[in-house]
Amino acid sequence: MIEVVVSRAQRLSERLLERATGLIQRRIEARQTPIVPPANVAGRALMTVLGIMTFLASLTFGAVTLVSDTAAQWQSQISREITIQVRPAEGVDMAAALQKVQDLVLATPGVESASVLDDAATGRLLEPWLGEGLDLNELPVPRLVIIAINEASPPDFSMLKANLEAAVPQASLDDHRAWVSRLVAMAHATVAIGLAILSLVLTATVLTVIFATRGAMAGNRHIVEVLHFVGAQSSFIAGEFQHHFLRLGLIGACTGGVGALLLFAAIGDWTASNQATPEADQISALFGSFAIGWTGYAGVFVLVATVAGLTALTSRLTVTRQLAAIDMISPVEG
Amino acid sequence: MVRFENVGLRYDMGPEVLRDLSFQIWPQSFQFLTGPSGAGKTSLLRMLFLALKPTRGLITILGKDVSTLKRADLPLIRRRIGVVFQDFRLLDHLTTYENVALPLRVRGKEEAEYRRDVVDLIKWVGLGERLNAPPLVLSGGEKQRAAIARALIDRPDILLADEPTGNVDPPLARRILRLFLELNRSGTAVVIATHDVGLMDQVEARRLVLADGRVTIYD
Repeated sequence: MIEVVVSRAQRLSERLLERATGLIQRRIEARQTPIVPPANVAGRALMTVLGIMTFLASLTFGAVTLVSDTAAQWQSQISREITIQVRPAEGVDMAAALQKVQDLVLATPGVESASVLDDAATGRLLEPWLGEGLDLNELPVPRLVIIAINEASPPDFSMLKANLEAAVPQASLDDHRAWVSRLVAMAHATVAIGLAILSLVLTATVLTVIFATRGAMAGNRHIVEVLHFVGAQSSFIAGEFQHHFLRLGLIGACTGGVGALLLFAAIGDWTASNQATPEADQISALFGSFAIGWTGYAGVFVLVATVAGLTALTSRLTVTRQLAAIDMISPVEG
Repeated sequence: MVRFENVGLRYDMGPEVLRDLSFQIWPQSFQFLTGPSGAGKTSLLRMLFLALKPTRGLITILGKDVSTLKRADLPLIRRRIGVVFQDFRLLDHLTTYENVALPLRVRGKEEAEYRRDVVDLIKWVGLGERLNAPPLVLSGGEKQRAAIARALIDRPDILLADEPTGNVDPPLARRILRLFLELNRSGTAVVIATHDVGLMDQVEARRLVLADGRVTIYD
């Protein structure tokens, strides 16, 4: 009985081994060398060039996104707040005037809050010029009311100004419009410069990708000719090269794109973890959280896809042109 | 099978290098194409494998007038023409087996369908031991035989060989010639371009002699 079981087990294991060996053999046989050599010096150089150009283009795109987002942030932060200044005058009760201004402003549609800058805060503002221990009652110092407005439906500033001057002649409204318009102009100029630089970098990337691919293709001309003369269809030859160069393009472009994203993430991490230091504060003041956001990620993704696609397309067009040059050339036309 | 009628060829605005060529290549025939260096043998071969258009005259290959052929038709006709190049044109990154199988691979055939045929043909040309060797480690004669095997693998109707014995010693040249004769006996028309008189003297075969741009035929 035991012998029968053992012999059956042996037969089963032999069959399994045979099947596994057959499968492995078939897999080995199925793995043919690619018609276009997978790696050579020109291919590696092309991947490096694609990586570097994608890295630079991604960095430029990320920087433009960052500047554009930050400019929008500045603009929104400043336009969210306005101030009213109440100047001291003979016979004016400053506390009553401030209260009157606050009440009037709060009653205006589009105003979310109004707070009077208290003595301590005003003292701190003037401390660099007038020193500590300042008694505001002894000095004719103007006082401020800070007003937060609803950005979606802001108040009518000209009406507010007129009402204010009628109620408290010493009050004047500062809606920061001059600052906002300057900042908006600066932000727009910065973004426009960034876009101009980006378009130059993208043009350089496209040209580099095309010429580097054509350079790498030059070393493969003999393969194109051999395939052509053994009867390969043009679409087959173009497809082989397109597939090969798409792979090279994807590896190179992904390396560059991921490198740029990692650099942004590293700088973002560094500013987050060094928030108390003056250097990080300066960077945060300029660029906020130093995050490129979804626009940045989407842009890098599009760049990687474009570079890889362009590499594949250039190789296809180059093959097509080479084939046209060797196919039934007329010695006169050719 | 191949018909040339008053074919002329010139490059750019230069003089005609080939003039008034009129001849036929019959199915299952065997012929040498010869003449001094620079006589135009390679140009004539290039016209035969559809790499060059004549500047005048009519060429009919495998029943098709080449002047009316569309670009898309060329690969299908080329598949019926085997070519052995003087410089072999083997792909260095592929093995002997893969080089010989290349014409079948580009036609989209599965390896399982052709593996046995390729191995048999490689053995037939005497390269059974070099199946997995890349061309870089093959001798000149071995490369020549690998190139011949590649040209024959899809059983072409006509085989064109450009100086197939130019890089080999006389014993190997005789062996290669025997391969061509054996192939011809199996039904393939063979055209061998050579200026090796010794080689031609070994076989009683038709000779197309090019001189001064004209062809003279010795049947």
